[in-house]
Order: sequence, then structure tokens, then C-alpha cells
Amino acid sequence: MYMYDDFDAAFVRGRVAEFRDQVARRLDGTLSEAEFLPIRLKNGLYLQLHAYMLRIAVPYGTLDSRKMRQLAYIADRWDKGYGHFTTRTNIQFNWPKLKDVPDILDALADVDMHAIQTSGNCIRNVTADHFAGAAADEIEDPRPTAELLRQWSTDHPEFAWLGRKFKIAVIASEHDRAVLKSHDIGVRIVRGVADEPGYEIFVGGGLGRTPMVAKQIRSFLPKAHLLPYLESILQVYNLQGRRDNKYKARIKILVHETGIDRFRELVETRFQEKLPQFNGVNQKILRRIEGSFVPPAFEAAQPMPPVLGAGLQSWIDTNVAAHRLDHYGIVTVSLKGIGETPGDASSDQMRLLADLAEEYAHDELRVSHEQNIVLPHVPRRHLPAIYDRLKAAGLATANIGLISDIIACPGMDYCALATARSIPVAQQIAERFHELGLEHEIGPMKIKISGCINACGHHHVGHIGILGLDRAGVENYQITLGGDGTETTVIGERAGPGFSYDEIVPAIERIVSAYLDVRTDPEETFIECFRRVGMTPFKEALYPPEEARSNAA
Amino acid sequence: MAKKFNPKMATGNDLLEGDVVYFSDGRWTRVIGEAELALSPEAEADLLGRASQFPNQVVGVYLTDVKLDDAGRAVPAHFREDFRMLGPSNRPEHGRAGQGA
Repeated sequence: MYMYDDFDAAFVRGRVAEFRDQVARRLDGTLSEAEFLPIRLKNGLYLQLHAYMLRIAVPYGTLDSRKMRQLAYIADRWDKGYGHFTTRTNIQFNWPKLKDVPDILDALADVDMHAIQTSGNCIRNVTADHFAGAAADEIEDPRPTAELLRQWSTDHPEFAWLGRKFKIAVIASEHDRAVLKSHDIGVRIVRGVADEPGYEIFVGGGLGRTPMVAKQIRSFLPKAHLLPYLESILQVYNLQGRRDNKYKARIKILVHETGIDRFRELVETRFQEKLPQFNGVNQKILRRIEGSFVPPAFEAAQPMPPVLGAGLQSWIDTNVAAHRLDHYGIVTVSLKGIGETPGDASSDQMRLLADLAEEYAHDELRVSHEQNIVLPHVPRRHLPAIYDRLKAAGLATANIGLISDIIACPGMDYCALATARSIPVAQQIAERFHELGLEHEIGPMKIKISGCINACGHHHVGHIGILGLDRAGVENYQITLGGDGTETTVIGERAGPGFSYDEIVPAIERIVSAYLDVRTDPEETFIECFRRVGMTPFKEALYPPEEARSNAA
Repeated sequence: MAKKFNPKMATGNDLLEGDVVYFSDGRWTRVIGEAELALSPEAEADLLGRASQFPNQVVGVYLTDVKLDDAGRAVPAHFREDFRMLGPSNRPEHGRAGQGA
């Protein structure tokens, strides 16, 4: 776990003091709302439909018990006893009062946390593989690189007013668990021909109203060249990206309109000028950061209990992934209880997760972009005890990667930008398939729901994507199929006309029935089946001819 | 043919609490039924002008269409205003619906 040094601590406290003064000046009328708005956004404070919302950064999704307990404390003391984990691996509190926010930020600083750059046109929270440090297939822990990027991008004066927000992710394995190619810059740690460490760099990915898959700009970048290369990308973007139209201001549009080859030339030219200006200090800092991410003191192998109950076995099969050590597992705790709000956790649940991490799992927790909580280092002998305690707290739902493990943005239940609700759609889909008892029969399935075109719910890369819109004053849901957010990223294809709020769950059910009918065997997953048969059978299921409809009615 | 005029109310969020509030004859209320109505285009401009005089009390002031109930009081014309009025549908206990207002 990275601990703040004196510089970090003083910087964060300084920002809290500054914001405390700014809030006081807003409250006494010295600052107008127009002046205050960009200031509060820079500190993660939004105004939503019913209340303010504070978005707190969880860098590369990593928490420990101390931080998680503090989040629970904040939820109880200043909010309504719960928080919402987001697809950017942040946490949002939905009900803070303006006058309390400086106190909340001080409470965060007490545990090395903040809400800086969780909004605004700047480099946002850097995300990483949520299995970092634990996955069997990774080359090295991606988080030191992510932390280096966090330090470099925090308050970087040149990149404080970009044309638009900017998102970076870092992974270190072939398999992409971090939606890398939907980022403005994707960094993948690789090894060169002589096994030397370096990075593969992707640029220009994004979801939103114009979804784009990131393109490779460098197949191999030596490790020491990362910051000058990323600065070169950012400088080309900052100078040439559009500022006349916010919908065309993301780097994905610039890369698309310039063409990746020309864009690469511009970056490489800038890079040659910039490289000599870097004297290697950042590599010394990186080595110091790497010292904060040493693996935990893993215990020696000890036997599992011989007989496991059916519930426990099912939970292990579904929610526990292979760790790089055979006698360890990576536990994903589902925040998708059937009928619950995806990503929400109560303060009691947060405290339980903190306790489990501390007692059994080397005091580490992760937030995943799929809105679940991960215990990355769990000796398998502790799985029965962990399961029992999760179960008592309503957190033992065995559904990771299944149809009820749905990403859903807050949608119109909270968000001022939303055009329709997301959460109740997710709740009803989960309840419906649970009631049918079909979840395990259906197998791997990623449903992702966004309540507006901005795509916080990643609907473009869902196997089934759902986009909620406002059509003439009524909620309407568009379906996309065949999306994929992994190393083989694909933007889903729109199925056809949208469905009303009452029709959307039956429509999803028809898609799933069609899949169960046309798959070759239970081993063929939904996404494999879609790739084989294409859109036609699903379209027929979604939009039956009039005659079939009236016969069915 | 002139487009039919929809009655409007002025709404915003309380600066301190963030709560949804409605403008009512020189003050702000949390009760939508007390919202002042603009029944003509002239009244609409006047309503927005008067509602915008409280920059240090209410933020994000705008006009929105309303329907009228049998007693002539405002009810939301659009589902977005229903959610603003009632609170999140997944946790009704946290919204105004759950507080009996």
C-alpha cells in the first residue's frame, strides 16, 4: 500500500484548507455560483438531482481496512449510511451537505485519501487491473506505474485545463480486466525482445456518444520513457484537440480525425524533443513507489477443510478466481445482491469487508470497475469463514460474471445528466432471472446499463448493453448486442428500436431465450454464440412479426 | 396556430443542503403544491426573473413544465421532475417521498 509522504500529506491538507475557505466564501456570498462551480468540481463535489454528491478517488481501486472503515464512518456521520462504488473504481456519497464537505475531506486526508481531480477536464483517477499483484497471468504489479502516473498528473499545471476529461488505465497481463481499450490512454506492461521491461501504449479509446476502440500507438516503449511519451501525447492533444464543441473534444476524436499514423508522427516528433528534458528523477521515484507495493508475507500452504457445503462450493466456483499461488484465491465480493442497487454498500458492509481484509487477507481490498469489492490475497483455508460472515451480512451472492452481475450507473435516480433510470432496470433483470433459476444455466454474461449517452455504465462493451433515453418525455431503452470490454474489445451493435420501461425486462428475457435455443451446447457462451450466429436470431426474438405477437398475446 | 402554452414553475436546489426547492411568491419551499405558477409567456419571464434574485440561497434555477391537479396546484409534467420531487426510486426512504412531505 502506498503511504503518503510529507509532500503528499501537506499537499492534500493544503487543498482541504483552501476548499474550506472557498466554501466559507461561497456561503457568505463573496464567491458567486459561477465562480464556485469549477472550484467545487475540481474537488469532486457535484450537485445532483436531490443533493450534492461527493466523488472520492480510490487510486487504482486499492483500499485497506483503515481506509474502508473511514469511508464507513463518513457514510454514517455525514451521509445516509451507504456509498456507491463506481465504474471508475471511485466511491460516491449521495447526500453530503455543502458546509460538511471540508470536514469530510479532512477525514479523508486522515487516511491518505482525497477527492481531487475526480471531475473536470483534467486527468482523472488512474485505474488498474483489480487483480493487480494477485493475478496468475501478470508480468508485474501495474500499480507502481499507476501511482507514478497519479503523482505526475495530480495538479500538473499544463494539464489542468484540457479540452475534456482524460482517463488512463494500466494493466500488466494479456487478459484485460480493466477495459483498457476504452481509455484515452491505455498502458500495458510488457517485456521486450531481450526481456527488458516496457510498455505497449494505446490511445484514443472511449465510450460516450462516439464510442471508439483505442489504437496501438507504440508496440514497445522502454520503461524509462513513459512520462515523456505520455506528456507528448497530452501536448499534441492539448494543442490540436478541439475546444469548440464538447462532444468532439475527447482525444478519441482527434486520433480518429487525424488518423493514427499521422497522430503517431506528431507524438514521436514531440517525444524526440522532450526526451532530453527528462533526467531520470521519475525513475528514482518509481523505484521508491515500487518499494510500497511489495507482495504481502504469504503464508505456507495449509489444507482446506475436506467437505464444503453446497452454498459455499457454489460461491467458491463463481466468486473465487485463481491466485498466482495455488493455495490462495482472489475473492470477489458481489455488490449485486439480487434486487439490490449495483455498487452500493452500507456502512456495516464496509466495516465487515474491512474486518475480513484485516483478519484473513493481508489487509488489502480492491474496487473493481464492475462495481464489486475484491479481496486479492485470501488463503483458501479461510474461504469457509469468510463465506459465513459474508452470508450473514447479505454479501455472499454467488453471481460474479453471471447475468445478475450487472454494471449500472446511478441513472435518473440520482444523476442530473441522466435521461432515464438504470438501477431499477438492473434490479428487475436480476430478480427475474433469479426467479427463473437460470443464472448458472445461462453462464457468463455481461449486462451493462447506462442512463444516458455518456455511458458511465459501459453499455457499449456489454454483451447486452442497455441505454436509457428520454423519448418525448418517456423512458426508452435501446439495446446493443455483442459488445466486449476485454483485450478483444468490440463496440456492441444496436439491435433496433428501443423499449419502454415496462418492456425492457421481457425484451432481455427474449434475447436470453433465443441464446438458449441457438447455442450449440451449454459450453458455448452468449458472446461466442453471438459471434457465430450474428444479430438475426436475436432481432427476430426482439421484434417478432405482428402475427406472432398477436398469437402470443 | 400558436403552440399551446404549458404552465411553468421555477425550481432549483438549496445552496446549503442541495434539496430540491420550488419558488413561491418571494420565497422558496420544499412543497411542490405551493409552487407559484406562470400561466402565460409574460408571466414566465417575470417568474424566472424574480426566482433568480436569490443567488446565495438557491442554485441552478430553471423553469419547468407542470400539470395542474384538481385543486389547481403544480404536479410535474416530466418524469425527471417526478424523481426530483420524490427522491431515488431504489431508496424511496431517503427521498422526500419517504419523509412524508
